Amino acid sequence: MDLQLLVDIFPQVVLDGIILGFMYALIALGYTMVYGVLEFINFAHSEIFIIGAFVGVELLLGLQSLGALDAVPWPLVLLLALLVGMAGSGLLAVTVERVAYRPLRSAPRLIPLISAIGVSFFLQDMIRLFESLWHNAFNLVYPTIDALNVRLELTRTIDVPVKSLVVILAALGMLGVLWVLVNRTKVGTAIRAVAEDQAAASLMGINVNRIISLTFLIGGAMGGAAGVLFGVQYGLINPYSGFIPGLKAFTAAVLGGIGNIPGAMLGGIVLGLLEAFAASYLSLLTGGAFGAEYKDIFAFSVLILILIFRPRGLLGEVVRGRA
Amino acid sequence: MLQVDALDVSYGKIRALKGVGLEVARGEIVAVLGNNGAGKTTTLKTISGLLRPTRGTISLDSEPLVGVPPHAIVLKGIAHVPEGRRIFNRLTVRENLMMGAYPRRDAGIAADLDRVFALFPRLQERIAQVAGTLSGGEQQMLAIGRALMLSPRLLLLDEPSMGLAPVLVEQIFDTVADINRQGTTILLVEQNAAMALSIAHRGYVLETGSIALAGTAAELADNAEVRRAYLGE
Ligand SMILES: Nc1ncnc2c1ncn2[C@@H]1O[C@H](COP(=O)(O)OP(=O)(O)O)[C@@H](O)[C@H]1O
Ligand SMILES: [Mg+2]
Repeated sequence: MDLQLLVDIFPQVVLDGIILGFMYALIALGYTMVYGVLEFINFAHSEIFIIGAFVGVELLLGLQSLGALDAVPWPLVLLLALLVGMAGSGLLAVTVERVAYRPLRSAPRLIPLISAIGVSFFLQDMIRLFESLWHNAFNLVYPTIDALNVRLELTRTIDVPVKSLVVILAALGMLGVLWVLVNRTKVGTAIRAVAEDQAAASLMGINVNRIISLTFLIGGAMGGAAGVLFGVQYGLINPYSGFIPGLKAFTAAVLGGIGNIPGAMLGGIVLGLLEAFAASYLSLLTGGAFGAEYKDIFAFSVLILILIFRPRGLLGEVVRGRA
Repeated sequence: MLQVDALDVSYGKIRALKGVGLEVARGEIVAVLGNNGAGKTTTLKTISGLLRPTRGTISLDSEPLVGVPPHAIVLKGIAHVPEGRRIFNRLTVRENLMMGAYPRRDAGIAADLDRVFALFPRLQERIAQVAGTLSGGEQQMLAIGRALMLSPRLLLLDEPSMGLAPVLVEQIFDTVADINRQGTTILLVEQNAAMALSIAHRGYVLETGSIALAGTAAELADNAEVRRAYLGE
């Protein structure tokens, strides 16, 4: 075992873990916010996330075909892609709630869950159909923006592409804005009030349905932003690439304490780090017996252990009975 | 001001209210007395739109309220302090009070906050505290204070004495009388008939979903039936 190597790659592994973790955190917010207000798992959120990636790639491909991709400054291009991705995913999430969940609000809990699974399949195949007709392909590659691939040498052993820093900064900015929105504004307080007690909130003059729509809009937009960042960071997307990150982000939300917003952020980062560590170190530490392909098993084993000892998640509170 | 006529309300097959009628005039405190399960909470929830009657009408200054969603009824100036207080446990005292003023855009919010603090100085001391950590009495104060932040024309109170020590009950009822003297009309639902009749102008007795008796507070307090069944004599 090469100790020096273990030490040398450490910063790089942390960086990979943080990037992955922020991605999970952004997606996890959508699960946790919706769970917070409706106590319902929006299984279609993984597709709402990946649709953000598709909206973003369409914009970039469009700019490219116009020859504008290199003419427009890259921060502007990226900002635009983020905004359209957020708008696309946010509006889609609101529509899905209105069409597929709201009519089932008073049905037994299993029914909207099944509806969500149905929406998830429906959206996967709609993306596939649309992209197949439009591009004759449904595996799409994010066009490269050269400036984003420049590698910055931080130390002798670590260098980072600019895009990774951009992903981290964008995710941090988004999480910060969300935190302020939820904790420091009147409408954010209303979201928390609705999450706690819908009937009492309606007695305050809060239009509960509107707050629920807003929650889907915000959660969806965060997912859409994550989708664009996912595309920028990893390049290749297809209609099914939302599924696994979605599942992991859901896990991150549970790990942090489902319904708890800071918990989703923390859970995402913890899961991202676990995964990155497993991917890089498992093989080195076990002399090759377990390779990087065991990263999910490792990450989920840790997760199961944490939940056995702390079933409400890292930041979750014990649910209190209501009068 | 508030007029309720021939109200029927059911929970599935259970008929909770059968032809309930009552009225509240501007400036009054009207008490609705009744044992556990009589239908008091159901009456208030129907007025504030949380439940929909199968029959009957409710109007506020001759504007019909049946079918209007709860958040829109609040806009008409009815604030409801629900049974069990239902404060937002995870929000701070300040945030709870701000939610009480949620639909308001006017400049009077700060003045109403001062008024709530004048009525309940304890809330001002606890302003930054998370509401779930308040004592039972403080939570009741917060529930009433939060409703006052709407600056309501009509205040619905569902058993404010529930689960409180006798001294606190007396304090809360004194404050309710003060709130009324400051100009808010009040419909008060209580099992504690003695306390309720001590501050009310008029009252109704609800028995298994129907109005059994009505009269001024003094008439009800003198009624042999009321004295036996509700005042424990
Ligand atoms: N959610 C509910 N589902 C079914 N029955 C209910 C429900 N709430 C109240 N009831 C019934 O309606 C009747 C009136 O209840 P309620 O209005 O709560 O009475 P009170 O407030 O006077 O104690 C009771 O018989 C009660 O059991
Ligand atoms: Mg009751």
